[in-house]
Amino acid sequence: SITGACQAIQKLTRVRVVDNSALGNTPYHRPPKCIHVYNKTGVGKVGDKILLAIKGEKKKALIVGHKMPGPSMTPRFDSNNVVLIEDNGNPVGTRIKTPIPYILRRRGEYSKVLAIARNFV
Amino acid sequence: FSSSGNRVNSDGKPAKFQPPPKPVIIDKQKQREERRFLSPEFIPPRGRTDPLKFYIERKDMIQRRKVFNIPEFYVGSILAVTTADPYANDKASRFVGICIQRGGKGLGATFVLRNVIEDQGVEICYELYNPRIQAIEVLRLEKRLDDNLMYLRDALPEYSTFDVNMKPVSRLDHEEIPVNKLQVRMKPKPWSKRWERPKYNIKGIKFELPEKKMKAAQKWSQPWLEFDMLREYDTSKIEEKIWKEVSEELKK
Repeated sequence: SITGACQAIQKLTRVRVVDNSALGNTPYHRPPKCIHVYNKTGVGKVGDKILLAIKGEKKKALIVGHKMPGPSMTPRFDSNNVVLIEDNGNPVGTRIKTPIPYILRRRGEYSKVLAIARNFV
Repeated sequence: FSSSGNRVNSDGKPAKFQPPPKPVIIDKQKQREERRFLSPEFIPPRGRTDPLKFYIERKDMIQRRKVFNIPEFYVGSILAVTTADPYANDKASRFVGICIQRGGKGLGATFVLRNVIEDQGVEICYELYNPRIQAIEVLRLEKRLDDNLMYLRDALPEYSTFDVNMKPVSRLDHEEIPVNKLQVRMKPKPWSKRWERPKYNIKGIKFELPEKKMKAAQKWSQPWLEFDMLREYDTSKIEEKIWKEVSEELKK
């Protein structure tokens, strides 16, 4: 990759889609990029919703892990991971193989995403 | 009847009686006491703070150690940590990983564990004295060539993968801690830090860079640093005092 800095997710960050949805896994000549963060500050941490530009379409997504070190005892991942989501909060894919942090359970609106996750950290 | 009567020298004269050699008794208790390990967070940093602050902190650390066993481990050993998590399934989560860094002094001492799960590298920074930690298990106790293994982020993922269901490796108490002289192979550049530069002083990487690049990296070496007297911090006497204090308190 070109940029090496480990910051949380903001506009124009390239992210990695970790579920098994068709949109996230079909190859395209441009990587999926964040175009908006639904947050008071423009910086997205674990559990925030963002707007992604994938394959020329706009899609909402949920951040499940980033490269930036967070509070102690929370995991730090080697890539910025994201799960594609509909407007009502339903996940697009059916399985998530990569480990998900337990902190996501705090907000009850993501229970459907956590239900399709296999590994937790 | 004596067998020594039959002993004859090479000259033909009767040989002198030689008693059998005495058995050598190795006192294992003495050997064990010789190796003492003081956790690095006990050693106070250099500065002008009142030593009373460190004394009070040490008392709190010893209190915690009496209730909860923090084993001896080094950077490069493989640990398994169980923490209490209100959001986890059984309210407890277990993480296995290699210790890549030990930082902080006093009660805020931390260690970072790294593992690669399902092709995703995960690092967790744990605080040693956090009451949420329920158990720390050392699965493999060993040292590496460096004090800081942050370069494992830029190394091939096989060097950071460890089995989550690994069994603890048994070792005898009085053995020396093994030093793993593994030379790690890296992913192609760019890396997060320029590990070939002498400021990091890394011995555990097998650099496959061309000779020209290695020589160019030496341009940033600061050979005068090791002779700088103002940077010297001799901790041997401080360690002796603190070791006596800590071991006496822990025996009570």
